[in-house]
Amino acid sequence: MGFWEIFKMALAAMRGNKLRSLLTALGIIFGVGAVIAMISIGQGASKDVSDRISSMGSNMIIVSPMRGTRLTTEDVDTLLERVPSVTNGMPYVRFSVTSKWSNETYDTTVNGVNQDYTTIMSANIATGRLFTKEEVENRERVAVVGGTVVEELFNGKSPLGEKIMLKGQSFTVIGVLESKGSSMGNDSDDVILIPVSVAQRITGSTVVSSIYFKAAGADTAALAVAHITAILNQKFNNRENTFRVTSQDELLETISSTTKTFTIMLGAIAGISLVVGGIGIMNIMLVSVTERTREIGIRKSLGAKRKHIMWQFIIESIFLSVSGGLLGIAFGIGVSRAVTVLAGWATSISVGAIMLSFLFALAVGLFFGVYPAYKAANLDPIVALRHE
Amino acid sequence: MLLQVKDLQKIYMTGENSVAALDGISLSIDEGEYVAIMGPSGSGKSTLMNMLGCLDRPTSGQYILSGEDVSQKSDDELAEIRNKYIGFIFQGFNLLPKLTALENVALPLVYRGVPAKQRLARAQEALQSVGLGNRMHHLPAELSGGQQQRAAIARVLASDPPLVLGDEPTGNLDSRSGSEVMDIFQKLNNEGITIILVTHDQQIASQTKRIIRFRDGMMQSDEKVVS
Ligand SMILES: Nc1ncnc2c1ncn2[C@@H]1O[C@H](COP(=O)(O)OP(=O)(O)OP(=O)(O)O)[C@@H](O)[C@H]1O
Ligand SMILES: [Mg+2]
Repeated sequence: MGFWEIFKMALAAMRGNKLRSLLTALGIIFGVGAVIAMISIGQGASKDVSDRISSMGSNMIIVSPMRGTRLTTEDVDTLLERVPSVTNGMPYVRFSVTSKWSNETYDTTVNGVNQDYTTIMSANIATGRLFTKEEVENRERVAVVGGTVVEELFNGKSPLGEKIMLKGQSFTVIGVLESKGSSMGNDSDDVILIPVSVAQRITGSTVVSSIYFKAAGADTAALAVAHITAILNQKFNNRENTFRVTSQDELLETISSTTKTFTIMLGAIAGISLVVGGIGIMNIMLVSVTERTREIGIRKSLGAKRKHIMWQFIIESIFLSVSGGLLGIAFGIGVSRAVTVLAGWATSISVGAIMLSFLFALAVGLFFGVYPAYKAANLDPIVALRHE
Repeated sequence: MLLQVKDLQKIYMTGENSVAALDGISLSIDEGEYVAIMGPSGSGKSTLMNMLGCLDRPTSGQYILSGEDVSQKSDDELAEIRNKYIGFIFQGFNLLPKLTALENVALPLVYRGVPAKQRLARAQEALQSVGLGNRMHHLPAELSGGQQQRAAIARVLASDPPLVLGDEPTGNLDSRSGSEVMDIFQKLNNEGITIILVTHDQQIASQTKRIIRFRDGMMQSDEKVVS
């Protein structure tokens, strides 16, 4: 007796119980759907974040002070001088303001940076220009604004040459940043750049929020990180937790391992629902074995061997889980599409996730079908025939 | 000799009590015999049929079918024996309710590994020979009791076993359907097939060639029918 015969038998049994088959498969449909949706959301987020970090500029190194320590503009100059593998350096001061222009006001973030901003951050100026080294040194009150500020504060009009008020001081807008877009609710165009010297005048200290460097090349970035670390360790007498030096590569690695964990966790939670779906299948298969005890008895009296009965029920169970799996894939793809369209989150549907959840559904059907099938196959023919 | 049982015992344990449904049965049946088993309710007739049909195992004693000791066989080997050597006809027909008459009749051949085409051809032929050629695609629920029993007989015919066992095959049928069934049995026996059937009806028993009477799990008499 071939596989095909048993398969047709299983199919006939499904057809005889359409509603129940559908309800049973529903657990798997939601389980597989959830796995695919969760993984696609996780992978979408991961891709989004790493794209964003890559767009921040290549070979970038960030030095940030930790609690209780201070880094100043002098440190930038010292490091630039003593670390030959870095080509550019930029002190970075950050604070929030309420910006004003004519009768408009807008709450945004001010970044105090220098003339190397575009080089280090891989940014571009859309119109106008960035401030020069001289303007930074002379503490000129000039500003470069992001696209969101143009929209919100200037209502989309060209801001070049306009005067804006920041912390009670008047700045002339000399440029507009090219858009970098937003991701994960973080808008990189919602920013006003001013010379770091002016920013420090406003905050009243030479302390910086962090320092950005650009290494000469990808191969020298690690060397530069080591070099910077050594110099700063000397400065802070080797005390622990005084500062942090991160290269863009490391950042990318950290973030991608974080989002990977996040994706696996989401997938695992969804996977649990798949297992619950499997338990549902087992439950129904057990009910079905009990209900069909007499059928099993008749089949055995006609010469069905244990393996025939066993396979009949296993195939029924796999059939349920696999058809649930296929519907679940469609459902999962639908959900992640909907998340992209309705919530604007990036999602990425991977063939790997689809294959994985499909195979998992198959395994669930097999695993949870074996026990009911085993029970059916081991029924005593006389007892089964007498049932009811 | 087709089959022989020696000192067959079947004891059922029900709580504290034990019931000897069969209490030392010895008999032999030759090829081509036509045997009726009679006896009061609870005398062990069905129990014996289940033993002869390899559906159940005796508590003690021997059962030799076609020269082979059946008591030593595994469950799967017994399944194969049922499939090839034995045809059952039960009082309750035992058709699968979700399969058509044709599918029901072809089912033993499915387990025998007969290819679909051949299977259906044999099933059709068998249904035609019991007068159900125009009911092949009906479900059991769409057939009368007599028609269902004839479908069950067709299932036996299609698998063509040397031994046919009937446990009160006419018990649920009116007298006309009953005599139709008996006609088919007579024809089968004429072709050389061994038939053993349990009945409460003297009229039916007298159509066979040998009557064995049971009482309390023992054989009370074993007589040839003189016609
Ligand atoms: N599974 C069982 N468990 C316990 N006792 C049983 C079982 N099957 C049969 N018996 C007992 O064995 C005895 C013989 O039963 P059996 O069914 O063979 O009788 P029978 O001759 O076929 O009766 P009937 O004419 O009513 O069909 C009865 O006393 C019955 O109660
Ligand atoms: Mg009986």
